[in-house]
Amino acid sequence: MSKPIVRVENIVKVFKKANVRALDGVSLEFGAGIVYGLLGPNGAGKTTLIRVLTTLLRADSGYAEVAGVDVAADPTSARTHIGLAGQYAAVDEYLTGRENVEMVGRLYNLPAKEATKRADEVLHNIGLAEAADRTVRTYSGGMRRRLDLAASLVGRPQVLFLDEPTTGIDPQSRLGLWDIIRDLVAGGTTVLLTTQYLDEADQLANRIAVIDNGRLIAQGTGDELKDQMGGSVIELHVGDEVRDQAIEALTGLSTEAAAFDQYRGSLRLPAPDGSQTLLNVVRRLDERSIAVQDIALHKPTLDDVFLTLTGRGAAEAEAEAEKVTTSKRRGPRGRSN
Amino acid sequence: MAITSEKVERARISPMHAAKDIAVITRRNLLRNIRLPQLLIFATVQPVMFLLLFNYVFGGAIGQAIPAIAQGKYINWLLPGLLIQVAAFGAGQTALGLTEDLSKGVIDRFRSLPMARSAVLAGRTLSDLIRNGFVITLMVVMGFVMGFRYQTSFIGFVAGLLVAMMFAFALSWIMASIGLAVKNPEAAQSATFLGVFPLVFASSVFVPTQTMPDWLRTFAEVQPITVTTNALRGLMLGQEALAEFGPGINPVQALADAPSVHGQVLMSLLWSIGILMIFVPLSVRVYRRTVG
Ligand SMILES: Nc1ncnc2c1ncn2[C@@H]1O[C@H](COP(=O)(O)OP(=O)(O)OP(=O)(O)O)[C@@H](O)[C@H]1O
Ligand SMILES: [Mg+2]
Repeated sequence: MSKPIVRVENIVKVFKKANVRALDGVSLEFGAGIVYGLLGPNGAGKTTLIRVLTTLLRADSGYAEVAGVDVAADPTSARTHIGLAGQYAAVDEYLTGRENVEMVGRLYNLPAKEATKRADEVLHNIGLAEAADRTVRTYSGGMRRRLDLAASLVGRPQVLFLDEPTTGIDPQSRLGLWDIIRDLVAGGTTVLLTTQYLDEADQLANRIAVIDNGRLIAQGTGDELKDQMGGSVIELHVGDEVRDQAIEALTGLSTEAAAFDQYRGSLRLPAPDGSQTLLNVVRRLDERSIAVQDIALHKPTLDDVFLTLTGRGAAEAEAEAEKVTTSKRRGPRGRSN
Repeated sequence: MAITSEKVERARISPMHAAKDIAVITRRNLLRNIRLPQLLIFATVQPVMFLLLFNYVFGGAIGQAIPAIAQGKYINWLLPGLLIQVAAFGAGQTALGLTEDLSKGVIDRFRSLPMARSAVLAGRTLSDLIRNGFVITLMVVMGFVMGFRYQTSFIGFVAGLLVAMMFAFALSWIMASIGLAVKNPEAAQSATFLGVFPLVFASSVFVPTQTMPDWLRTFAEVQPITVTTNALRGLMLGQEALAEFGPGINPVQALADAPSVHGQVLMSLLWSIGILMIFVPLSVRVYRRTVG
C-alpha cells in the first residue's frame, strides 16, 4: 500500500463522566482512493472515532493522522482536507438547500463566486438541483441527509467521513446514495463510512473493520469476513424442549455445530452449500420428527459476523455495551478465529 | 505535507479570513430571522405590548410622579426604559440560538471546517446586535407614533440609542456563556428569565427608584439596567429627567441630588465594558469546553 491517507495508532478515548471507554486502543490505516467501512453495533465507538479524526474530539492518547496531517497538532490544516457528514444531518432548516451548501463553501474559504458554482455542481450531482431553492424545512429526512452530504463535498475534500450515511433512508434512496459514494471514489476521494449493516459495508467498502466495545475485532475485505462465516447461514426456531435434540440431530450437516443465539432465541448454523444444506437440515429434522417453527437461509448479517467473532449477537453486544462501563476483555473469543 | 518528528507547524487563520467567517455566520443567523419572521414579531410584540399597557394603564398614575421634563407624558419617560428592557430580554435570544445550534449538530459541522473558531460566537452576538437594532428601531417608531419626543437634541437621542446597543451587546455575551453552560434551549430560556426579570423590575425602567424602599433603592441605583436606563433618559430628555419631582419636593434640591447624565453614561459604558471583559473570554472558554 502506498502512503496511508488515514492513519490511526492506538487511539484511546474515555468519557470520564459517563465512565465509558469509547475507544480502547484502536489502530488502523488505509491508502487513498478506497471506501473504508467501519462496521459495528450501537455504542461500538464508530462516531467517537470519526469525531477524533475530524478534529471534533481530542483523544486521550494515541496518534491520528489524516492526509498527512496530525489532527491533534494541526486541526486547522486537517480541516482543509476533510469533509464530514455526521450521524444526524446538520443542516439549517431556515436556509435553502443552496444557501446551506454555499455557506459551507464560503467557510471552506472558497471565493463567493466559486462557492456558488460549486454549490450548483454538488447539488446537481446529488439530485437536489430542483429542490435547491426551497427552505430545508420542506425537505424529507432523506433529502436532508443528501444535503448534508452535499455540504460535506463542496470543499472537494480528500477524505470524506460519513457517519451512518444511509440510516433512516428508504431502500431506493440508499441505492442512490451508494452510487453517489461510488462516483466520488471513482473521482479520487477517499471515504471512511460507518454502518451497522454488513451488506452496506460489503457493497460499498473495499475494506471493512469490525469495531466493538471500542476495539477493532476484525479487518479485511467483505469476502474475507464472510469466509469466516462459511457463506450463508441457516437460522431456525424450535421449541425449547427439543433444542438440544435438534442441535444433536444437526451434527455433521455443516462445518460447525448449530449454535444457540440467546438473544434471538434461534439456532444458527453455517450453510456452506447454501440451499443444499438447508434441504439436508429439513430432511434430518423431519426424520427425527423435530417440529420446526420457522426456518430460513440467509446471507451472513452483521449479527452472524458478530456471533462468529465474539460468540454473541450484535443486539446482545449492544445491550451489553449499555451495561458495561469500562471495557474489559470480552469472554468467548468466537469459534472460527 | 510530510510528517516529521519536528514540532508540527500549526496553520493559522488570518484576521481577514476570520472577518469573512464572522460575516458568513452573521448573515446565516440573520437569514433565519427573515425566514422565520415570527421570531422578530414576538421579539417586538412583547415590548410594544408593554409600551401600550404601561402607557395607557399606568401612565395616568405613574405619570404624576415622573419628572416634569417628561412634560407629563409618561411615554417620554417610559420609552428609554423599555428600550433597555427589550435589550435585556432580547439577549436571551443569544443563548437560545447557540443552544439550538449545539443540539442540532450545526456547531459540529462548523468545527469540522477550516474556519475561525471565534466566528461562531462573534457571528452570533453580532447578528443579535443587528436584530436588536431592528427591534429597537421598531420600538422607537412606535414610541413616536404614541407621542414620544426627545427633549435634548438629535445627537443626544442617537447617543442614547448607541448606549443601549452597547449594553445589549454586552448582555448577549452573558447569555452566550449561560446558553453554552446549560446547553438546552428551555433551560437557557428559564435562566434568562430568572436573571433578567427581577433586574428589570428592580430598576428605573418602569418607575422612579426614589419611590422604592431604601434597601431596594440602594441596589436598584447601581445595577446596570437602572444606570443604562438613566443614561438614556439623560441623553434623550436632559438632566432633569433624572431628578425626583413631586408634591412636597424642592425642585432645586431634587436637581442637585440627581445623578449627573454623563456620570450615568460613563457608568453604563463601564458596566458594558466590564461585562464584555469578563464574559467574552468566559464564553470562549465554555465554548471550547462544551464542544471539545
Ligand atoms: N459525549 C459523550 N459522553 C459520554 N459518553 C459518550 C459520549 N459520546 C459517546 N459516548 C459513549 O461512548 C460509547 C461509544 O459511542 P459512539 O457514539 O462512538 O458509538 P457508535 O458506534 O457511533 O454508536 P451508534 O451506532 O449508536 O451511533 C457509547 O457507550 C456512548 O454511550
Ligand atoms: Mg454513531
